[in-house]
Amino acid sequence: MVIDCKHVWDHISGYLDGELSAEERAIVQKHLEHCEICSAILDSTRNILILTADERVFELPLDYSARLHARLDEEIRRLRA
Amino acid sequence: MTAGGNPAGGGKPEEARRIASILAGNVEEFHELIRPYERSVYVMALALLKVEADAEEVAQEALLKAFRNLKSFRAEARFGTWLISIALNEARSRLRRGTGVKLESLDEPEEAPGHISPALLRDWREIPSEALERLEVRAALQQAIAALPPIYKEVFLLREAQEMDIRETAEALGISAAAVKVRLHRARLMLQATLAPQLRRLNPGRRRFPWS
Repeated sequence: MVIDCKHVWDHISGYLDGELSAEERAIVQKHLEHCEICSAILDSTRNILILTADERVFELPLDYSARLHARLDEEIRRLRA
Repeated sequence: MTAGGNPAGGGKPEEARRIASILAGNVEEFHELIRPYERSVYVMALALLKVEADAEEVAQEALLKAFRNLKSFRAEARFGTWLISIALNEARSRLRRGTGVKLESLDEPEEAPGHISPALLRDWREIPSEALERLEVRAALQQAIAALPPIYKEVFLLREAQEMDIRETAEALGISAAAVKVRLHRARLMLQATLAPQLRRLNPGRRRFPWS
């Protein structure tokens, strides 16, 4: 079965998560073998997901944790007072 | 906080024991209970509020609220998703109170119709994680994620940055697994469309086809 690129785009997320049926997966894979544009879309999407999962993207404010636990200590003291 | 730790790995027996102990009066243990989740709570608050100081305040409020209401936590839920849902509620009510932050389309219609077209490239040169040491690469990622409509941003961050699975993401947001999948797909393609061309320009390793 031949499918067009747009159909493959609809399945990119499911493909990356391994959620496609065996049949859908085979169809998408076959298309990817000969379509460099769809392959590049898949590779770039996967690459972007790996980068966004990195903790360096969202850094915590300096001493965030210390301030949080200090507030919690206050709350615990209040509870016991 | 360890890199790549899974904040959603709830249902841990050790965690359940600790919660029982806190409820029995050993309240100090709450410090340790929340440590694995401090980061996720902050990141999710920041996703909605955009201002670091506001996000920190909301994260603190949410975690204190969790402390005060720990007895209402239901053991069949995951502690991590429970915390996230408290944080998201706090952030939303802060937005609704309108403390200087514009009420962004929080109640925007479900899935906007139509296709999302990805950026078309002829090849892709892998961008290694070391590229994140560069400020402009981090900034590009932050801005692209920040620009996502809230319903997509929430799903995307829970799934990608917090590494929750689809079920946990659905639980934290109070939506169906099917809705999580649809939103996740759209968020990923939207980010590909924005980021692929930008990152490609920023990637110094590129040699072939500089014009494509």
